[in-house]
Amino acid sequence: MANEANLAPFPAEAAESTLRGLNLKKKVRPHEVLIQGFLFLSGIISIFTTIGIVFFLSEEALRFFTYPEVSLLGFLTGIKWQPQIGQFGILPLLNATLLSSTIAMLVALPLGLCVAIYLSEYATPKMRNIIKPSLEILAGIPTIVLGYFALTFVTPMLQSLLGKSTVQIYNVFSAGLVMGILILPLISSMTEDALSAVPNSLREGAYGLGGTKLEVATQIVVPAALSGIAAAVILGISRAVGEAMIVAIAAGAGPRLTLNPFQPAETMTGHIVRISGGDLSFDSVDYNSLFAIALLLFFVTLILNLLSQRIIQHFREVYE
Amino acid sequence: MSEPNKSNERATGLSQVTSNQVLFQNNLPGRHRRGKVLGVVFLASTVVGIIVLSVLLIKIFNDTMGFAALEYKQHPDTLASGDKPLNEMTCAELLPILQGNVSANRFRTLEREKPFLDRSQKECYKLVIFEVTEPVIKETWSLFASLFRSKQIKATVTEKYPNAELTFKFWINQDFVTSPQSDDPLQAGIRTAILGSLYIIAIVTLIALPIGVGAAIYLEEYATQSRLNRIIQTNINNLAGVPSIIYGMLGLALFVRALEPIISGSVFGFSDPTTANGRTILAAGLTLSLLILPIVIINGQEAIRAVPNSIREASYGMGATKWQTVWSHVLPYSLPGILTGLILSVSRAFGETAPLVVIGAATFITFDPENIFSKFTTIPIQIYQWTSRPQDGYRNIAAAAIIVLLILLLALNTVAVLLRNRYGRRMI
Repeated sequence: MANEANLAPFPAEAAESTLRGLNLKKKVRPHEVLIQGFLFLSGIISIFTTIGIVFFLSEEALRFFTYPEVSLLGFLTGIKWQPQIGQFGILPLLNATLLSSTIAMLVALPLGLCVAIYLSEYATPKMRNIIKPSLEILAGIPTIVLGYFALTFVTPMLQSLLGKSTVQIYNVFSAGLVMGILILPLISSMTEDALSAVPNSLREGAYGLGGTKLEVATQIVVPAALSGIAAAVILGISRAVGEAMIVAIAAGAGPRLTLNPFQPAETMTGHIVRISGGDLSFDSVDYNSLFAIALLLFFVTLILNLLSQRIIQHFREVYE
Repeated sequence: MSEPNKSNERATGLSQVTSNQVLFQNNLPGRHRRGKVLGVVFLASTVVGIIVLSVLLIKIFNDTMGFAALEYKQHPDTLASGDKPLNEMTCAELLPILQGNVSANRFRTLEREKPFLDRSQKECYKLVIFEVTEPVIKETWSLFASLFRSKQIKATVTEKYPNAELTFKFWINQDFVTSPQSDDPLQAGIRTAILGSLYIIAIVTLIALPIGVGAAIYLEEYATQSRLNRIIQTNINNLAGVPSIIYGMLGLALFVRALEPIISGSVFGFSDPTTANGRTILAAGLTLSLLILPIVIINGQEAIRAVPNSIREASYGMGATKWQTVWSHVLPYSLPGILTGLILSVSRAFGETAPLVVIGAATFITFDPENIFSKFTTIPIQIYQWTSRPQDGYRNIAAAAIIVLLILLLALNTVAVLLRNRYGRRMI
């Protein structure tokens, strides 16, 4: 009661005047507006980067197609890339890119899948703690170092195994092998994520039906994570197609249309590296042709990446 | 597995149960065996990665030292006067040897480069070695070969190169790290390349940190679910997957060519004739910044997302504005994560080669870069250059440069791991 008595005389007019003095409008803080503007700009820079890539690649590529000796059809279907005689057919370069990427995937996919199954289904926490960091180290090694490895170790090893007459000093096979090693950590970690995302109830159900560990892993968990694995594979292909230094060092110079992986053949990226590394004058056919190759490369990798992201989103929706 | 299934279909009633049981029992050891075999296969393929990594490191280390057959134009021992070997003589004693063996013109040029009185004993010794004795590498051997087949190597040398002398050479040494570039693998060093790399990652850090963190804050704290913001997010994810060589092409067209007056520094009065138009450190730094920005942003977003919402709400409850909340609560909490991501991205930029080759790194510069408008070379570029040369000796210095690169990368990554371990736990 005493409290109430104390509160009661609180003057209503005083409260009103305090409230009247209080400005409840949002205070304008100029520096916060500025900061927000900067943050927005930082976010939008990425859009400008994409626009820049598309704009500059297209502009120079279009200029390439205005040269009299170049035609779009000839570019896409020609089987010779010899700028000296005005032959600009992308197929030899594309063929070498596909060949090396295929070899890389043949190495990385089975190995990566096995590593992921081992890490997610079999490994003890102790083993995981050893294996995962070493795979991360492998993923962090610069590609130039892997290129050196391909040229000075893998190629001589192949030569001593298969004979020097079969295996050339520069060949697509050793570049592809080492590229497979480069992609292995990517595939294994993405696949492992996909496998771990499979709900445990599926595993337990399979064990309850009497499945062995292997059966649960290969017949239940892997099929359930198939979309995630597909996303990993597609991203791996995209990485292999865009990889430059390993093929530039180990796969040899000079475009050549061959299906023999032990022959030298230049990939799209390898060609860009070799030509731009030399004395290149602006506004020459050579200069502009590089942008046409790069544009094609950009779209191929972009489509692969988008596909991979689409698949991942889809498979997240299923399990979350 | 298929055969039991077929027989199952044929069997009926009670007999099905018993035959199933029999088949199951008979099959069980086989299933377990298969499980064990494939378990071993899984483990083996996991070990493959580790084996490759070890082989790679051993191979590179193996190339950094070993026997080298050197052929001298004039053997150092014939120059030494008295009982004092060449490398113990003072500069004053070495000078007459130099003067007596090189042309007067060359001697004057050397004097002009740096007065002999200012040169240290070591510099004088090097001058005599490379100007007078002129060693040439005939062949080199790896460490393992040198250790286990030394007799064979010695026989080869006496047979193939009768004038050559076999010495054990450590390709990675103090001279290699501190001397500028050279055409001769015996004199070549990576000082200019190290400086170029450091300049570039300094620029990359200065640009990628504020913009990357800014974009991450914008996307996580400010962005509403608008169409534009969704496009930005998708776009960043896509940019992270664009091959690095494409960024090189962008850098070539945009920084080297379109913005040439700014990038070459001529706008600011830095029109140095030696700076090859727009192919400067600044161009390289900007290109690599664009390259790692998406990764910095994605890592930053993850770090910011890990900050518990209760912290933001507490801050708002105390009457803080959005920016005050972000600046004094969200950022300090997520900083270790952001920095870890930044360091990992920068270390990726550090090892990046293809975009720099494309924008036109100078492959041969002997002087240190002076400012951001100088020509540049980096360690990976040097490795590329030396690896592409087939002669013996270049491979060895390429391996030595790789060791330097890996050590620097290891240092960067150690910092990142330490940051993560030291501050990472506090967040949860």
